[in-house]
Amino acid sequence: MAETKTVVGVPVSSPWGGGGSPFAINSKKFGMWLFIVSDTLTFSALLLAYTYERLANPNWPRPFEIYPAIAKSTSMTIILLFSSLTMVLGVAAAHKNDRAKTVRYLLLTALGGLAFTVLHLTEWVNLFHEGYTPWSTPQGVPLFGATFFGITGLHMTHVTIGVIYLIIMAIGYGKGKFTSDDVEVSGLYWHFVDLVWMFVFPMIYLMSVSLSG
Amino acid sequence: MSAHEGSEVEAHAVGSTRLFVTVWVWLAVITFIEVFLAYERLRPDLMLTLLVVLSLVKAALIVSYFMHLKYEKISLALLLIPTTIFCICMIIIFFMPDGLRLMQMRMGH
Repeated sequence: MAETKTVVGVPVSSPWGGGGSPFAINSKKFGMWLFIVSDTLTFSALLLAYTYERLANPNWPRPFEIYPAIAKSTSMTIILLFSSLTMVLGVAAAHKNDRAKTVRYLLLTALGGLAFTVLHLTEWVNLFHEGYTPWSTPQGVPLFGATFFGITGLHMTHVTIGVIYLIIMAIGYGKGKFTSDDVEVSGLYWHFVDLVWMFVFPMIYLMSVSLSG
Repeated sequence: MSAHEGSEVEAHAVGSTRLFVTVWVWLAVITFIEVFLAYERLRPDLMLTLLVVLSLVKAALIVSYFMHLKYEKISLALLLIPTTIFCICMIIIFFMPDGLRLMQMRMGH
């Protein structure tokens, strides 16, 4: 290994010779980025399908009152954004090798995700009481129920998986099983979950604010 | 002097707490602008355009600063972002002309 290997005169250590990563990141991080691109396309397709149904259907339900539904979903948005801030501070602490601080930030982020999920579930229960279910609405537009619960449900699944991921990461990193790079990869996932909500919230909630009252 | 400059560049490369808090405040402000637009009950088409533009600004802030893409090698961003935009444009091309056609049909009668 002391002498530089060459393949037809090109040093193997060159990025174009297969000797280095052309993106200068580790494979876990690259894998997470590729997952994020594919998941972005999943949610894009769902949100565009939702918009299509909305354009194509007369009497599309607009069930969200400013208070409580919009007030609640706005506070959910701020909580999720805040958990993104604690996540990024956790990643910064991990890069400084401050394990105790990183674990605290990771658990705080997971707590934010949990608060988001609980608020979201109470919002769902309200909608159930108003007669909105995944297969029916009071206006007789079952597609609203199917798309609304489908998209927010898929997002909530991502948040729940993220909370579990972060708790595992906090325990493992605290024990020294994971490196700061692993924390950064979990951070990428968490910010992505936040990013998706930044589109779900305006396109589903804010576009369907109740016209009465 | 040069040592001081060097440390500042390094701190900027990983991102300082102040930078993250600033980005977060901007994200929160844009969120409240969006909620205000909903409160005003604008025309749906104008509303959708404004919301999508504001959300794209938020997405750009999150991806560049929180997800650190701004500080990675440019090749990563060039791989990920154009492919994503291309695929989303393909979905729009397939879905939206028909959606608009249906909307005009139901508004016609």
